[in-house]
Amino acid sequence: MLRNSPPGSADIGALERKATRLRRHMLTMARGQGQGYIGQGLGIADALAALYFHELRYDPDNLAWADRDRFLLSTGHYSIALWAALAEAGIIPVNELITYGADNSRLEMSTLDTTPGVEVIGGSLGHGLGQGVGQALGLRVDHSDARVFVELSDGEMQEGSTWEAAMSASHFGLDGLVALIDCNGIQADGPVVLDMEPVADKWRAFGWQTVEIDGNDMTAIVEALAQARERNGRPKAIVLRTLPGKGVPRIETSEKSHFFRIDIARWDGIIAEFEKTMGDAR
Amino acid sequence: MSGAAMEAGRTLAMGQDEAVGGGRRSIEAPFGKALARLGQTRPDIVALTADLGKYTDIHPFRDAFPERFFNVGMAEQNLVAVAAGLARTGKVPFATTYGVFATRRAYDFVAIALAHSNLNVKIVAGLPGLTTGYGGTHQAIEDLALMRMIPGLTIIDPCDATEIEAATEAIAEHRGPVYMRLLRGSVPVVFEPGYRFQIGKARRLREGSDIGIIATGFMTERALDAADALQKHGISVGVLHIPTIKPFDAEAVAEFAAGVRTIVTAENHVVVGGLASLVVETLFDAGITRKVARIGLPDRYIECGAVPTLQAKYGLTTDAMVATIKGLG
Repeated sequence: MLRNSPPGSADIGALERKATRLRRHMLTMARGQGQGYIGQGLGIADALAALYFHELRYDPDNLAWADRDRFLLSTGHYSIALWAALAEAGIIPVNELITYGADNSRLEMSTLDTTPGVEVIGGSLGHGLGQGVGQALGLRVDHSDARVFVELSDGEMQEGSTWEAAMSASHFGLDGLVALIDCNGIQADGPVVLDMEPVADKWRAFGWQTVEIDGNDMTAIVEALAQARERNGRPKAIVLRTLPGKGVPRIETSEKSHFFRIDIARWDGIIAEFEKTMGDAR
Repeated sequence: MSGAAMEAGRTLAMGQDEAVGGGRRSIEAPFGKALARLGQTRPDIVALTADLGKYTDIHPFRDAFPERFFNVGMAEQNLVAVAAGLARTGKVPFATTYGVFATRRAYDFVAIALAHSNLNVKIVAGLPGLTTGYGGTHQAIEDLALMRMIPGLTIIDPCDATEIEAATEAIAEHRGPVYMRLLRGSVPVVFEPGYRFQIGKARRLREGSDIGIIATGFMTERALDAADALQKHGISVGVLHIPTIKPFDAEAVAEFAAGVRTIVTAENHVVVGGLASLVVETLFDAGITRKVARIGLPDRYIECGAVPTLQAKYGLTTDAMVATIKGLG
């Protein structure tokens, strides 16, 4: 059955509850392995909830549908969030989530495109946006009105190929291409190691229609996505200022939140803290 | 210095405009013409370049199908990424640039964005080996070695205009990523029309019992000429042409090698990692012991200069091949 076609009026409360469900899935998954990219996943949960349950046009029973909107997760290591969203969307079984990162699981810690619902191999950072440009061009050749959403990260802007792609998107006037830039302020070596500010100004200078919002504010996300529907000859950039670990204070404040490894015993405390903070939504 | 001598000694523009062989009729832009012909019946074919359309002969397609042609500017990583995205929407992209940029510069994109997903993209790469006098920046002397390491990538090094046309059709038909070396401009005709090209198949062009030349790319043309010349000196030379570097026709190589006394490999490429290495690996695996002489480029960067001068210096000309083989004793 076709989802979000066209997007209805947004029920912000329902989308927030979806985001909470995604976070709960992620915590269960990370607990299973005792580790994972949980900080990034919790931070991007609101944006993924808005995409999969409000904005993206897709059919979970026909993933190859040519006119589907595409979501490309360029940061493959955010897979924990994607698996949660795909499970909640009915594309992969919820009871499979517990296999995250385990041997022989198709829910890898960094995405491969062999898992249903994955549109691109993420993980080699700087690959996603250019492939989004190519998909948007292909859809245009086919006279399809489908759109392409690409998630990338602040650290990923350090890869030069990101800007090669950004230049080409505005050159080709790809107004069905939407970049979601997750600025969570962390990268592998810790807090952002190379200053990329002012982020929004950079995208504007490259010809993108750009908004900058609180990436954990559902109303703001939904509004920015609605603005991005305009087919005005310009690609769209949404700069998301997110909090890594959002919803679990002790992860939010952890210095090691690029990759989170913690004793299985302590996960109970983390999950209890999450339920206390956000868990009123089921 | 006479005008003719200056002409012979000049460094031509980077587009490798001179014919790579002498004395044969030639065809202009065989790749671009073949692609434009295919475009008429294949609406799924699209073409891209990274600011080298003119220098990779893709203009016939661009002129015929402007809505299916994309110039991404000088950005080879993006060239490959965009091609990958187009392939994911069911297109068959032909992406052109120079070999040096398609390999050294865009390697991670070819490996991960294309090959890992077995996407149906054809990279067509100009200035293979020593076909430009612009030095190490432009000479793709190690591209075959680099690309050989990428799983699932088909690699083609065509000999002449006929084979370029046939290979263009074959790779458009083939499902999966391809790297093809391009001879551009005025390209000699060595094989007559009707020549059949099959991906992964070697072709025995000439029988001989003393020396067996195993050649790829335009070195096959020179091998045929060298074989003629050596015949006059009483040396019997066979020629096996290998247009597909990967998948490699090991069976044909083993069979050919078994019928000659000495093997000579000939490639427009460094002698490490490419054809010579493949032949030696194949013979070892098959348990065939033969002396193998390797004609090709040394494992170092080549200087700037006129292409004929450089090719003669590094042993790629017919005369140099004849001399090398006579010297084998």
